[in-house]
Amino acid sequence: MAEVDDTLKRIEAQKGVIGTIVVNADGIPIRTTLDNSTAVQYAGLLRNLTMMARSTVRDIDPQNDLTFLRIRSKKHEVLVAPENDFLLIVIQNPCE
Amino acid sequence: MSFCLCYGIVFDKTVEDNSEADEALDSVSIQSQWRKSQQSAQESRGCQTKAVHRAEAEIQTVSTTITGTQTEPRHQATEQLLQQNHNELESPGLKDFLQRVEDRVIRELVRNAKSHAFDGFQVNWEDHSSLVSCLHRLQHPSAVERGLHVTSVSWSCTGAVIACAYGRIDDGDWSTERSYVCTWNLDRRGLNPKQADLVFDTPTAVTALSCHPNQPALIAVGLYSGEVLVWDTSRTQDPILVQSGMSADSHREPVYQVAWVPLQKKGEFGVLSASSGGRVLLWTLDSDQGRLVLIDAYALVRQQVPHSSCTGFKTLAAAPTEGHSVTLRAPAVFSFRPRSGPVHSVHCSPFHRNLFVSAGTDGLAHIHSLLQANPLLSLRVSDSYVFQVQWSPTRPLVFAAATGQGEVQIFDLGRRSLRPAAIIEPGGVGQAATCLAFNCQNHNLLAVGKTDGTVGVWQLSGDLMEQKPRESSQLEQIANQAVG
Repeated sequence: MAEVDDTLKRIEAQKGVIGTIVVNADGIPIRTTLDNSTAVQYAGLLRNLTMMARSTVRDIDPQNDLTFLRIRSKKHEVLVAPENDFLLIVIQNPCE
Repeated sequence: MSFCLCYGIVFDKTVEDNSEADEALDSVSIQSQWRKSQQSAQESRGCQTKAVHRAEAEIQTVSTTITGTQTEPRHQATEQLLQQNHNELESPGLKDFLQRVEDRVIRELVRNAKSHAFDGFQVNWEDHSSLVSCLHRLQHPSAVERGLHVTSVSWSCTGAVIACAYGRIDDGDWSTERSYVCTWNLDRRGLNPKQADLVFDTPTAVTALSCHPNQPALIAVGLYSGEVLVWDTSRTQDPILVQSGMSADSHREPVYQVAWVPLQKKGEFGVLSASSGGRVLLWTLDSDQGRLVLIDAYALVRQQVPHSSCTGFKTLAAAPTEGHSVTLRAPAVFSFRPRSGPVHSVHCSPFHRNLFVSAGTDGLAHIHSLLQANPLLSLRVSDSYVFQVQWSPTRPLVFAAATGQGEVQIFDLGRRSLRPAAIIEPGGVGQAATCLAFNCQNHNLLAVGKTDGTVGVWQLSGDLMEQKPRESSQLEQIANQAVG
């Protein structure tokens, strides 16, 4: 428990980080520093996107797999570390 | 008494018999009447039932109470899960997962924070709409049949409704030909380009039209007869809200432009109307009496114009004045170098306080600064007349011009060449474009009215809508350049 919190705190201490969300396999946020509704929205949408990105990568080359997803937007950069059971979403404002 | 007598007789006789013979008598037994049946069997039977228990109970309630409760549904079912999960022990594997991804995430975050790869990078998503295309071609069939021209178009403040005035621009004669003003709502489902949503009849040709800047239902209209009206399109019975009537105050020449101008009281608008003959009148709306009240009047006095030539019949709508009097005032403070023909249109830049564009019969568009008599820039628009010029509401360097050849040319001063950036309305012979209007709400729309009685609604391309970086400073440069 403490180790999990420590890890998340280390990530949040990085420059420009706005928030983190840990999403479980059902697409439900289980840890977040954002408010609930934002976290739920991010979790649902980004899980879908990650699954789609992963299947795209694997369809192109079945030997390949998605390891990391970065989304650059006007305001933020969203980083998604995917795995079968969990998803770590970090939202960063890189211009800060 | 008679019985006693008889008895006495019988007694006498017996005494006689006894005396005669001693007769033996049989014994007679007589059972006792009272001592009998001593031994007679006596049977008695008894029976006893159990005692019946009886009880009576009564109850009565005096007061009744009813209570109800209702719970609001939870916003998100997942919120609950989230809460539970917090209290629960950690999901298995979460710790390992986080430890696995931590390094990589932190590495990327650090790199992002340092990276300048995207500095100044701008995606232009609208690029794909690089073509200018015609969305609608609106017309009122009975006006087209009669050969009426579209004289003015105006978008409502919501940007959804286009109002179009019918009249004539080729006919200088006084006429009392009936005409129309039509409106179409482009957002309406099942828009019929040949069937206007609303059609208003007018006694004479309509020469000017302007929609209210705040209230979508109000339209100010100037007529060929010099009358100025304001319609409330939300009223179905009697749409005329106010009218100037034909009084000594009103115009006696065709009204060539009407505009809504803010009055001193905040949120209140007056109608400014300009007619040929050089009169500009400012009206307020008195909707109780249903008439327009004249509060100011300006005139273009020839003697006051330093260069003794006609500078045009449309004055700047932004003529600054003070006071309220109905005596004619001549506030012209500065005149610009005369053109070789009448000026049909002027329009002030929405992005720079000193710049305006003017165009007229000489086929040139002049960019003027208010501070200089000579134009800053002159662009050859057309070999024919130019009927209207208007700045783009979104791009400081772009303006459009409607020409007598039917083309609408859009100029981008940010380009190196002074050729038009886009030419729309292929037009054709005898189909002059008489008026145009950018849509201030839906920036991609441009309406063009033509002499064949149609209104084209065009979708502009992305590069004619999206303001580019440093565009405002370029405009500033143009405005500040000194022309000898």
